[in-house]
Amino acid sequence: MRKDWVMEAEPRIGVYICHCGVNIAANVDVEQVAQFAATLPGVVVSRNYLYMCSDPGQGLIQQDIQQHGLNRVVVASCSPRMHEPTFRGAAQQVGMNPYLVEMANIREQCSWVHSNREQATEKAKALVASTVAKAAQLEPLEEREVGVTPGAVVIGGGIAGMCAALDVADAGFPVYLVEQSDRLGGRLKDLNCTFPTLEPVAGLLGPLIERIQNHPQVTVFLDSRVTGVEGYVGNFEVQVTPALTPDPSPPPHSPPPAGGQGGGEVVQSTNIEVGSIIVATGYDVFDPHRKPELGYGQYANVITSLEMEQRLLEGSVAVDGRQPERVAFIKCVGSRDVQIGNPYCSRVCCMVTAKQARLVRELLPESDVTVFFMDVRTFGKGAEEFYDEARGKGVLYRRGNVSEIYRRGERVVLAGEDTLQGRSFEFEADLVVLAVGMEARSDVGELSTLLKLPRSADGFFLELHPKLRPVDTAVNGVFLAGCCQGPKDIVDTVAQAKAAAASALIPLIRGTVPAESATAVVEPELCAGCGMCVEVCPFGAPALDPLWGVSRINYVLCKGCGTCAVTCPSKAIRLQHFTASQILAQVDALVEW
Amino acid sequence: MEVGGWRSNEMRNSCTTFPKAGSLREGPASRVPPSRKLGAFGKVRPAALVIGGGIAGIQAALDIADAGFPVYLVEREPSVGGRMAQLDKTFPTLDCSACILTPKMVDVGRHPNIELMTYSEVVAVTPPSPPLTGGGERGRFRVQVRRKPRYVDVSKCTGCGSCAAACRMKGRVLNRFDEGIAKRSAIYVPFPQAVPLKYTVDPTACLYLSRGTCGKTFLCKDACAAGAIDFEQQEEMVDLEVGAIIVATGFDLLDARLKPEFGYGVYPEVMTGMEFERLSSASGPTMGKIAVNGKEPKDVVFIKCVGSRERRREQAAPGSVPYCSRVCCMYTAKHAHLVRDKLPDARITVFYMDVRAFGKGYEEFYDRVKHERVMYRRGEPSEVYRRGERGDQGGRLVVLAEDTMLGKPVEVEADLVVLANAVVPRTDMADVAGLLGLERSPDGFFQEAHPKLRPVDTCVDGIFLAGCCQGPKDIPDTVAHAKAAAASALGVLVRHSSSTHSSSTHSSSTHSPGGRPT
Amino acid sequence: MTSQGLLKTEAMVEQLELMGCIQCGKCTGGCPVARKTELNIRSLIYQMLVEPELDVDTHPELWDCTCCFTCVERCPKDVRPADLIIGLRGQLVESGRVPDTIGDALMGIFRQGNPTGIAREDRAAWAKGMEIKAAQEGCEVLFFVGCTPAYDPRVQGVTRALVRAFAAAGLDFGTLGTEESCCGNEVRRMGEAGLFEMLVEENGELIRSVGASRLVAPSPHCFNTFKNEYNLDGIQVLHYTQLVAELIEQGRLKLTQEVKKTVTYHDPCFLGKQNHIFDEPRAVLKAIPGLKLVEMDRSRERSLCCEGGGGRMWAEGTNLQERLAFQRVREAAETGAEILAVACPFCLLTLEDAVKVQGLDHSLQVMDIMELVDLALG
Repeated sequence: MRKDWVMEAEPRIGVYICHCGVNIAANVDVEQVAQFAATLPGVVVSRNYLYMCSDPGQGLIQQDIQQHGLNRVVVASCSPRMHEPTFRGAAQQVGMNPYLVEMANIREQCSWVHSNREQATEKAKALVASTVAKAAQLEPLEEREVGVTPGAVVIGGGIAGMCAALDVADAGFPVYLVEQSDRLGGRLKDLNCTFPTLEPVAGLLGPLIERIQNHPQVTVFLDSRVTGVEGYVGNFEVQVTPALTPDPSPPPHSPPPAGGQGGGEVVQSTNIEVGSIIVATGYDVFDPHRKPELGYGQYANVITSLEMEQRLLEGSVAVDGRQPERVAFIKCVGSRDVQIGNPYCSRVCCMVTAKQARLVRELLPESDVTVFFMDVRTFGKGAEEFYDEARGKGVLYRRGNVSEIYRRGERVVLAGEDTLQGRSFEFEADLVVLAVGMEARSDVGELSTLLKLPRSADGFFLELHPKLRPVDTAVNGVFLAGCCQGPKDIVDTVAQAKAAAASALIPLIRGTVPAESATAVVEPELCAGCGMCVEVCPFGAPALDPLWGVSRINYVLCKGCGTCAVTCPSKAIRLQHFTASQILAQVDALVEW
Repeated sequence: MEVGGWRSNEMRNSCTTFPKAGSLREGPASRVPPSRKLGAFGKVRPAALVIGGGIAGIQAALDIADAGFPVYLVEREPSVGGRMAQLDKTFPTLDCSACILTPKMVDVGRHPNIELMTYSEVVAVTPPSPPLTGGGERGRFRVQVRRKPRYVDVSKCTGCGSCAAACRMKGRVLNRFDEGIAKRSAIYVPFPQAVPLKYTVDPTACLYLSRGTCGKTFLCKDACAAGAIDFEQQEEMVDLEVGAIIVATGFDLLDARLKPEFGYGVYPEVMTGMEFERLSSASGPTMGKIAVNGKEPKDVVFIKCVGSRERRREQAAPGSVPYCSRVCCMYTAKHAHLVRDKLPDARITVFYMDVRAFGKGYEEFYDRVKHERVMYRRGEPSEVYRRGERGDQGGRLVVLAEDTMLGKPVEVEADLVVLANAVVPRTDMADVAGLLGLERSPDGFFQEAHPKLRPVDTCVDGIFLAGCCQGPKDIPDTVAHAKAAAASALGVLVRHSSSTHSSSTHSSSTHSPGGRPT
Repeated sequence: MTSQGLLKTEAMVEQLELMGCIQCGKCTGGCPVARKTELNIRSLIYQMLVEPELDVDTHPELWDCTCCFTCVERCPKDVRPADLIIGLRGQLVESGRVPDTIGDALMGIFRQGNPTGIAREDRAAWAKGMEIKAAQEGCEVLFFVGCTPAYDPRVQGVTRALVRAFAAAGLDFGTLGTEESCCGNEVRRMGEAGLFEMLVEENGELIRSVGASRLVAPSPHCFNTFKNEYNLDGIQVLHYTQLVAELIEQGRLKLTQEVKKTVTYHDPCFLGKQNHIFDEPRAVLKAIPGLKLVEMDRSRERSLCCEGGGGRMWAEGTNLQERLAFQRVREAAETGAEILAVACPFCLLTLEDAVKVQGLDHSLQVMDIMELVDLALG
């Protein structure tokens, strides 16, 4: 619909009150509200229905738009976060501009938080009146799209990064894989073999690395970090900088720094333009020095599970040249520990421990192998069976979290309680393996600031929704893969990396991304060029035009937060879809209520 | 603004046609030739087929469709939504499951790139020849889909429900969506937020269809103002050509009667976890009220690992599976919380062997539930019996277990016992495997190509797995897995986009593709 | 509680938030006395959780706990198991079911302000011959002496050494003399919540009225309760090792005389494990010229409790097995040290006792750090 035609015509508003089953109807008299709405200025049609989001519900709206010539729609139902796209889409399908649809939240903000039906109904009426008042002032907004630079940057060259990179590259897009160490493989290359198949990691990793190195679409930057990110979804500019220590013979597959071969002088960065970014920066390992009662660092016979992997890789678990007779594994070191500040479970340690314990038994058939646990979390495919086999091979599982370790002669003593026997024990061991947990990396602070990525309480990167959006982030175009989002094993890492690739591929394959329409706009005649909007914007959207001296707002960067609009001393900025007149209309309606 | 919510005009034009305003309704779906090809949909760009419309299938379909490729989403039930639609709240966030799922269901229903085929089944699949990986040749799967007759004309049905209210069998047919704890009519929608919201006649329950007569008149037809009911409707066979297939057929739950020691099916106070979900759900048969035999339970006992983690010497111990079902520890914690929420004074006990709270936020949720005075007792219960004289229905149930922390047997009385029965492969896995040429793991689920590095690929090029049909998973892992399958499928489809199309003719279709679910 | 000693568990479970316990066993596993008594704190917690009632009388082992708080330090779910012991002891105290010796100690504190029952008027007798300011006149540092450092002849030497050192450093300090009462740390841990509250009020008022900016105590027990359980906002609470370390670093205390001995240091539970003060006592020892410091294997967070805390100084206890102090001095002897240094009056008494009884006194001597500093001051 043409904007001017819409604005000139009298508002013809359709109001739809949703029952949401009993979610709203139990606490709000929806019929009454609908009847009330019919009396509001501009309202031509007022209905109530069981589930507005359902097909027939949307059909009602569409029918009314056509038959009653509606030019505004108000849906009083759940939070817009649920179904705003649904109702906008329904309107759009019959030719109405989607921004002429407004929602009143009478569920989360009314029926779900109040119990007095009378009062809740009155409040719902007030909310509807307010929204109708705003709706009368709504304007159609332009739907825009932005082109997408084909290509993705993957930050991190471990298994997550590599798998994500391959999926994007296999779909025909250039991928730039940035790895801060001097080789690919991440933490996996330090592992011996994987559960539950017990196949050597080298056999898994080798071919994967080869595929990456030989893939015509993949460019690998080793010894490099991402030092700058500009732009927005579909149009990122990523700055990659090699590490400062010069390498006279640069590692293979890293492009020569622009400006000549490295020799210790100026370090040249590379700027890459891409459409999507995948973060696959991995994890840190808990430092068991933080649990001094376990004696790590004090006794040579207390090691971490990673150190054990190394020894298994080398084929010997000898301590001071002697084969251990009694080997103990302690789980949950640095995990499930509120005192330490890591209340979460590190997810992989139960299987890692079962695997290592079993391998030790196979390596040293005469040895005593005991695993001390609180729970056994062998949940994956084939995992429970693997745990059964470990016990079958003679690994003894004793329930009790070891409290401290001290020395007795050549051995160490584990002091704990066997909770099933109900007795405390002193367990002598020649070798103790601490199943150390995963932690969020400490060196991603810069990156998370560059990308504006939020973290969850446990320190890992925060996904957009814990159930339904495990790889997307609050930043459009930036996706998470692997343990940087939370501890996981190889299988789940690979699945998640591929999931991130899918999300990254969507804008790349489409070639465009939609841009938010409810953005701020500057009226150039009113703008004094003071630049305050530029200062206050958290997203870098406004910029002063050097020629005209007025501010222009990049509508793709703009998130519609409104900070500039309220800051502007000349009132030159309008936040579309939340204009002053719209909001004041809402306030007036509420105040007059 | 989420991708997939609404399309710009430009986007839509580049891949498929879309219905013009005013032409919302399709042409009649009945009275068409037995087998026909669909129209332009899937010809400009290669299409994907997603088998199964649960959250896995929905997610995979949305990702592929958002990237611009056409998707056929085939679902055997009358509505998409799968298991997730049956859930009350999801852990650990306690989101209302239907609330977070229905936007995706609606998305899938109106996505211009998704052809939603509900109440339909895949009956034949011919792999491409030459194989997909052959250089440059057009390798498409040929798929035949049976569209089962609803006996309702979806172009006329408004979902008003008058038919169900009038049906002679009202309140007499066990409703599978409610796990059999509630009843419906012979003409039904599985749940009120169904997509598409169109009624379907259950041929086994409908008196006319199963026995030939339904009294003097069809009460449903009389009640239907739109004249949508059509008992002459035939099934329809549709041929599709797709470049990639994603299998998202989901899972079943162990029949708890195979664990007779717990009294399921004998004692009304013993129910499964999924039945509890329906009981607790605000849109369920009791509107969310937890009551057994009409009374609020004072003692609630949860038993985990019912059927899971059992190795038995007998090869086919029907009630035992050796693997862990992965989700029960968390959903039991969630159920315990829901009981505490609704019945603040109830005594709640969870019997366990381990507590597998391994995911993001899970351990913290477990801690929270314990602080709500849910008593976790270690010990796998051995049996449930009724205390009192034989046949004395007044006696309470007793759960017998050893409390391994106390080191002695205990008897805990209960008014409600909830069993976390094992997640098992669907009963028709063998059929589906045969149809598609898939292999199965020893645990009965579909076998992925490599257990570590290729969690979604199968032994058949171009066919991928998504969700629980490959093994039990919670929702976040299912969504990730489904997206992974989509990534693999997109790789195939992109490669096929660049290959030449053969110029076979296609019959014109009375079916307008895309946009409206059917 | 009913007259038969049956405690209804629900209230205490809620009050102490025991529900967070996952029965991992780390508490009992680290409990120093669990290995030799019936005391199993994990099991007690579990019984509180599953049973509606607990017969507290059937758990005499409750008096075996030394309140070393290893369980509290190690619990991964932030449950405080030792608080349960204290709570259950409280039930016994309320109904008068306490061992006689504990009852006597409590009575002494109530009547004379100290557990020995010796008259309050004699509390300052240790200071005879020394000129010490009365804190009530105003001072920068309030020197809270404590009962054992005041009354026990063996420990009085340490107290006097402290006074000499403070004077040498020119510290403006004072004591409360006979107005001082027991700090109550052990009272609380013996379950006498009412008496503890009374002491907190009285002592607290007295301390606050002095107007000092700092409070120093020779006993880690007094230090612990003042720091963590009293409300002394605005007053910096220190253990003497912290203050002495500071004075040495500032150069106000000059240690000039050589003490050529090999010394090993035993971390007291109330100083080390509970308040994480490990380094200052070692800094003081290292500042003594000629002194060689060796560490026992079980040092710092793993220091073996001497069994003096939690009322054990006055309790017979249920287990008559070897006191942990005996094992501890053997561990000290194994290091080859000549001196086992302590920083707590209870450790001093129990460990010295253990040395004597085992006949190790020809090779191992137990001394308070302050006594060594005294020697180094010359």
